[in-house]
Amino acid sequence: MQEVILAKAKELLQNSTVNRVLGWKTGEFAYDVTPAVFESAEELDQGFVANDFCGNNLSKYLIKESRKPGKVLVFLKPCDTYSFNQLIKEHRIVRENVYAVGIPCDGKTDGEALKSKGIKGITGITSDGDNFVVETLYGKETVAKKDVLPERCLNCKSKKHVAYDELIGEEGEVLDSHRFDMVAKLEAMTPDERFEFWRGELSRCIRCNACRNVCPACSCEKCVFDNNASGIAQKAAADSFEENMFHIIRAFHVAGRCTDCGECSRVCPQHIPLHLLNRKFIKDIDTFYGDYQAGADTDSRAPLTNFTEGDVEPSIVYEREGN
Amino acid sequence: MLKLSLAKLNDLFAAVSAGCTLYLPVDDPSSGRANYRKWTEGAELSRALNTVRSAKDFFFPQTENLVDFKMKGKEIEIIDPRSEQEDFVVFGVRACDARSFSILDRVFLTEPADTYYQSRREHGIVVTMACTRPEETCFCQSFGIDPTHPEGDVSCWMDEENLYLSVNTEKGKKFAELAGGLLEEGGEDAVKAQQEDVSALMKKLPLANFSTGKFGGDVLMKAFDSPKWKELSESCLGCGTCTFVCPTCQCYDIRDFDTGNGVTRFRCWDSCMYSDFTLMASGNPRTSQLERFRQRFMHKLVYFPANNDGIYGCVGCGRCLSKCPISMNIVKVAKSLEGEL
Repeated sequence: MQEVILAKAKELLQNSTVNRVLGWKTGEFAYDVTPAVFESAEELDQGFVANDFCGNNLSKYLIKESRKPGKVLVFLKPCDTYSFNQLIKEHRIVRENVYAVGIPCDGKTDGEALKSKGIKGITGITSDGDNFVVETLYGKETVAKKDVLPERCLNCKSKKHVAYDELIGEEGEVLDSHRFDMVAKLEAMTPDERFEFWRGELSRCIRCNACRNVCPACSCEKCVFDNNASGIAQKAAADSFEENMFHIIRAFHVAGRCTDCGECSRVCPQHIPLHLLNRKFIKDIDTFYGDYQAGADTDSRAPLTNFTEGDVEPSIVYEREGN
Repeated sequence: MLKLSLAKLNDLFAAVSAGCTLYLPVDDPSSGRANYRKWTEGAELSRALNTVRSAKDFFFPQTENLVDFKMKGKEIEIIDPRSEQEDFVVFGVRACDARSFSILDRVFLTEPADTYYQSRREHGIVVTMACTRPEETCFCQSFGIDPTHPEGDVSCWMDEENLYLSVNTEKGKKFAELAGGLLEEGGEDAVKAQQEDVSALMKKLPLANFSTGKFGGDVLMKAFDSPKWKELSESCLGCGTCTFVCPTCQCYDIRDFDTGNGVTRFRCWDSCMYSDFTLMASGNPRTSQLERFRQRFMHKLVYFPANNDGIYGCVGCGRCLSKCPISMNIVKVAKSLEGEL
């Protein structure tokens, strides 16, 4: 697939459909790819990569890239196209300056996932169909791809590209995933158990803001938490409950706009399952206002900014006993 | 050289813990990753190569209160919030993190010394652990660090059967005293054999030949003006992950918290990657992510060695290599820039 995608990038540069390419660049090792902009076929040959480790959602970079002169080519995995659409809906991406090519995805993993399986000292990785064959300082290891996929890929919500100018490969389907199972488990806990669960997870937060900065829904020009004039700017991990509130407030802020791309959990250096907060909101929105998938289109009205007579009453909180 | 059977490791922790607070790397049950925590009965020493957060937290915590101001009518009472610092042990520190303390010392112990940091350094007993299974992200040897012979008040080695200890300082003796009769003499041969094996392994690491030797104060303007910064910083998210997991990053902010009837003045880690870093009354001299990104690497590779006898602000622990959300890091930066110097 790498060859097909690379050839497409060169072709679109060559025939002047685009001026530059937003993609992924090889790194020092087999897995550490970096989002990058390529401006020529030579640059693409030197470092362009599209493999099992290209997990970064490139949509958010288009906020800046689509405001530069000329047209930018972007490669989008199915889940990235939802973020792309949502950002268009929010008028954050200049659509006509982007040429989007949908690419197929069987799930993306990273070095940390391999290491969590005890595979250390990675010096090379080759893909052998359903397995990774990993060369390490301590010998060769074979691991099934499905065993090192992150939760967001194991519970993939869609193989369908909801926005593109051109598609590579076959179009997929929206999937019937189990992504709300863990939310249901949390809902079934007692409030005390749930509080303990989240205190435990969020106590590891180092307040690096990676979750916020990578989030396509967090696209404010100046975050209120960075604005010293706001009165609530907070840089210190001063009190752990306060830290916890940061994540809950952020989840509220992106509610109805979060497409569940899972980047927040991917980038967390402490492996906090932040996506579960967002999924709770998505699940509730589905229940209260009818099924809604943020980013599925660019023109529907968002459930939290749209009033219908069938909307749930605030008293639902009592009926649900606080859940 | 002293040794202890691993079967008695828990007894050692219990004995030390009875005398002073003991911290050690423990695997988090939820994330599966190691972080330092206080030893309590049942806590098991992690076998992970390193912790997510570095050991600098013990001497330079992420947040600490510096002073309280209390208003009583027209009087302002100034209160030092510190209680007396007691001795504590940090066990299982790797050679890279152990070296980071001497880098932090250059910042915080240069006159006028930072007494908050100083007090913790004086009371902290550092017990280090030699590495046996280095990772591809490791490059401590680029900075002259030997992971088979870590610095510290006590240096330890561990194999399948035993823990071996070498007491290096007066503070180290206190640790050995706390261990009491648990330790016995011996183990030189086992340690020597392990050191030889791991040293051979170190030569095979992908970054074994990585060097920052071309950097330093002499190349200041060349490095600063390099056109490479644009592409290197292009996809930087501006988050603080690299700075917060880094054992040598030492920048902080001091802020006042309004308590209602006074002020608590605290300091917290800051990150040069953040938009309000270096914000001052006259504005901000760094307004783009390129400038902020450049600052981080210039500090480590150029400014710090220029002011500190050629010592780089990096110990090669590899945390930024594995934690950066976009996989950009000091190795990529140095390799990309060195061709231009």
